[in-house]
This record gives sequence, C-alpha cells and structure tokens, in this order.
Amino acid sequence: MNRYDLLRLPPVRAVLASRWPLLVIRAAALGGYLLVVVAGWVGTPVGNRNLSVVLVWIAWWALLILLAVPLMGRAWCSICPVPIPGEWLQHGAVLRPPPAGRRGWSLGKRWPKVLRNTWLQNAAFVIVTLFGAVVLTQPRVTALVLALLLLAAVLTSLIFERRAFCRHLCPVGGFIGLYSQAAPLELRVKDTALCAGHREKTCFTGSSDGYGCPWNLFPGGMVKNVNCGLCMECVQTCPHDNIALNVRPFGADLMQPRARRMDEAAKALILVGSAAAYSAVMLGPWSQLKTAAYSAGSAAWWAFALVFLTLVLGVLPAAFYLAVWAGSALTGSRRGGRQAFVRFAYSLVPLGMAAWIAFSLSFVFTNGSYFWPVLSDPMGWGWNLLGTADVPWTPYLTGILPPIQATVLLAGMAWSTGLTRRLAAERGPSPRSGRAAVPVILFHLATTAVLLWLLVG
Amino acid sequence: MGRRTSGSWPWRRPLAASRVWLVAAATFGIAVAPLPLSSARPAERRVRIEASMAGFMPAAIAVNPGDRVTVELVSTDVVHGLYLDGYGLSVMADPGQPATLTFVADRPGTFRFRCSVTCGPLHPFLVGKLHVGSKGIVWRAAAIAALIAGAAAWPVRR
Repeated sequence: MNRYDLLRLPPVRAVLASRWPLLVIRAAALGGYLLVVVAGWVGTPVGNRNLSVVLVWIAWWALLILLAVPLMGRAWCSICPVPIPGEWLQHGAVLRPPPAGRRGWSLGKRWPKVLRNTWLQNAAFVIVTLFGAVVLTQPRVTALVLALLLLAAVLTSLIFERRAFCRHLCPVGGFIGLYSQAAPLELRVKDTALCAGHREKTCFTGSSDGYGCPWNLFPGGMVKNVNCGLCMECVQTCPHDNIALNVRPFGADLMQPRARRMDEAAKALILVGSAAAYSAVMLGPWSQLKTAAYSAGSAAWWAFALVFLTLVLGVLPAAFYLAVWAGSALTGSRRGGRQAFVRFAYSLVPLGMAAWIAFSLSFVFTNGSYFWPVLSDPMGWGWNLLGTADVPWTPYLTGILPPIQATVLLAGMAWSTGLTRRLAAERGPSPRSGRAAVPVILFHLATTAVLLWLLVG
Repeated sequence: MGRRTSGSWPWRRPLAASRVWLVAAATFGIAVAPLPLSSARPAERRVRIEASMAGFMPAAIAVNPGDRVTVELVSTDVVHGLYLDGYGLSVMADPGQPATLTFVADRPGTFRFRCSVTCGPLHPFLVGKLHVGSKGIVWRAAAIAALIAGAAAWPVRR
C-alpha cells in the first residue's frame, strides 16, 4: 500500500542490521563534535573563521534542514553524537549488550510522568532562539551550548532510563521530530498482529541481540515518526523479522488521527514564528533589531525578547485559535475548540518546514563559502592544512535565490492548504464541516504573505 | 437531489483535476506575465550608504529600472564591504575613505546587499535591500498564494 521496505534490499539490510557501521559513524560524529567544542573554545573569536560556527550553523544545518529532515525524517538522530557517551555509560557497553547480570552506570529511573511530553523541548527551542544571534555568531557561545547539551545528555542518561534527553529535552530533537512526519521514510512493523501475539516484546524489553527501544517506544503500536530515532535497535531484537523501513508518500503521518497532541501543536506554531523571527533578524535590513537580538542581557534585548515571546507564544497562537474558532462557527459546531486547534495545527507542518528551508537557503548559500577556509584553518590560527585557507568569500546562487525561496514557500503553502481541507473533512459527514477549513486557509495565506515579505521582499 | 453520503460531500473529495490544471495555468500566467513598464525615465542616482558594525544606513534603497546608480560607501568604524546580490558587484571602504560603485540598474527586482568584509560579530547579518522597480516577485508570489488559497477554500461541486 504505497510503501516499499528498504530492508528488502540486501545491501541496505546488511548495513543497517550490523552494529559496526552505525558505531563507526557515531564515533566519527562524536570526534567531530568534540573538535567543534574545542575549536569554539580555544579558536579565533571571529565566527566565520572558526570551525565551530561554520561547521555547525552552516554545514550541518544545511544538511539537516535542506536534505536530512525533508527526505529522511529523524535519520540524523540515529547518528547524533550528543546522547552517545551517556548511552554508553548507561549500557555499560559500547557495541553489544553486556552479558546478563552486568549493568551499566545508570539509576534507570523512569522519566517523570508529568514531563512525558515535549513542552521542555519547546521551551528549550524558544530559549535557543532568543539567544540565536549570539549563539550563531560567537564560537565560544556555540561551544558552551554544545558542551552543555552533551553534559545534560550524559546526566540524563545516568539518572533516567533510555534516551530521555532525546525524547523530552533536546531542542533540535523536537524540531526534527515534528517535521519528520512529513518525510517519505518511516520505520514500522510489517504485521501488528504478530507483535500483539509476541509475549516477550523483545523490541521494547531488549534481548541478548540488542537493547530495548532506546526511545521508549513499542514499535508494534507506533503510528507516527515523531519519536522514532531510526536507531535500528528493533531490527536487531525482533525475532520475527517484522520490522520494515518503508519509503512512503510525503506527509503520511500528518493525516494520522491518533496521537495528536497539544505540545506538538504548540511546537508547530513556535517553529513557524521562530522561522519568521530568524528571517527578520538575520536577513532583514533592520539594524536596531539585529543589535537588540545580539545584545543579550541589555534593555534592548529584553525588549526584543518580550516582543518575540508575545508574538510567538501569544499573538500567533491566538490568531490561529481565532481562525479555528471561526471555522467551527462557520460549521455551526459548538464542540472541540481545543481538539480542533490541535488537529488543524498539523496543517502548519509543511508551511513551517518550507519557511525553514527558504530561510536556510539564503543563509547557507550566502555564507557557505566560509566552509573552505575553515577546512584548512579550523581554529583561525593562520594554518593552511589543505590549501583552501585563502578561498575568498563567494555568495552562491544569490541571483536566483529569491524565486527559489518563493517557490519553496508557495509549495509549502499549497501542501498546507490541501492538508487543511483533508483535516476538515475528518469531521464529516456533514457537508458544512468543510467550511472549518476556510479561516485556517486564510491564516496560511497571511503567514505566507508575511514570510514572502521577510524572505523575498 | 439525493442526500450526500460521507464519501461524496464536497470537502472530502480531492480538488478536481480541471481545477488543479486551471490553478497551474493561472500560476504560470502570473509567474511569466510582463509587469507594466516603469514610466519614470532613467536617471542618475547617487546614494550614500553609511556602514557600521550595527548595519547599513539607509538599509533599503529604491531606484527605477535603467537608473545609473552610484553608491558611495562610507565606513564609520572598521573596514566594510558591500556586495550586491544578483548583480555580483562589490566595493570596499576603509574608515574615512569613501569608495564608490557605479552600475546601471538593468535587472528589476529586490536584491540584498551585504557586507563582504568580516567586520564584527554581526557581519553575516549586515544586510540591506535594493529595490529596482516594483517588488515584482513578491506581488507575483502573493497573487499565486491567493490563487492557491482561493482554490483550496472553494468547495468542490460535481
């Protein structure tokens, strides 16, 4: 049914069912991560001459938002170095599960029930955005943020079971998780009845072949990508070969009525608002806004923070709620204000992702050529290891970027409006139910117009 | 007229192929339609732009297509550059030593200009805008967005 299991391809299966390739990639990523932290701390304070800023905020970000997330969802999470040291300590092993009876160094506590959501991730993302202009330009601040993330992940793994940090704290994980629902890749079971009849549930509890799902999921009940980190552990532990890595239609999760949540709805709005804020600060011509966003702690920064928080956490959700409420009023419905708000918020996913792609295109292509000098001189100390230290700054494709950005935004909006129609149709069979879509579509139109003005105008 | 079932009511159906084609054709038309020519005659324009680590002043400039534009870049603190997207032109100014860049604004549209010399922590964000003629791409894109919204908001009747 519109799915193709990549694990049916022997080379893909050979790579993903073996622990070694992932271990090698993760170890290399961890090495690069530590190098970035060191470079940020001891290297030049000039951001565009320091490996930390250029590698993380230009190269990694470009790969993440332009390729990895839209096409492979949470694939980055499978090789992300941040949780790896903590997970090794938690497991007491690096590659395979240790022999029975040997335990790792974790208290193994369950994550508090009240926090089993993504509200902390949402808060973390907002905080990072508030300090975005500083984090993205100051190598030492970048290094500090990365080091704190690593430390937080280790501590979380030592106290709590599984990957609590990735599920509930990582600010980037929340971003990737939400947009992974649009990606044409999913890990699912082939036959849920087989899982239901499997008493041991080794995919969740673990076995001598592998660990129980590090993401605290039962694959047999998984209907969305949001929390699956594609670590492939369940491929190791399923004794029935019941796991599939499917190529599927884009956006398949967004029409999934199960597991819709208010924290994800809030995240969808926060991410749209943040994309607009980043575009205004970094790509806009308003020098006072840039200075305010950069001067963390100053009165101007507090004013910036107040305006940002009011817009992203107040005005934008209120306007969206108003649109959903107006839609309900048009249908004559008296029920489900909160439910409808959550349901329609998923229609923001394509537009939000398009906004981030359009923003990143400009930022990445304009600053991409800084990558070549830092390859040869990662610390900014005057080295020329590969002979590329003197490659001049050259903006790429800036002549054709605006039409590309406009096209991306319009494609995202078209996807969002189509999705809105289908989400409205969920409440059939009344023919009037579809009217609920109209104000939400107008909200998408207004959001797109603002983004066009910020990014292209 | 029979009662509609849940599978036949207008919003549940995907957009009719004819409507999709109509929207696609209209989108193409909006994208390629020639804009009204500017009635203003090309003129000599001289613009003084002050660059500091905080930004460009002014940060938004509007000229008419065909204008011969001379940008005088004045650096007020450290060395700054100005690179003009779309035109691929650049100029650099030392503090106290204005530099000029002259070009004919023969490409309509909105173009960012940005600092081309690492000048401080906000250097990557030192951006301004040059509008040559009307904001054609924004208006075209906005019109297409409105078209998409209209097509999606209008119920399908069969």
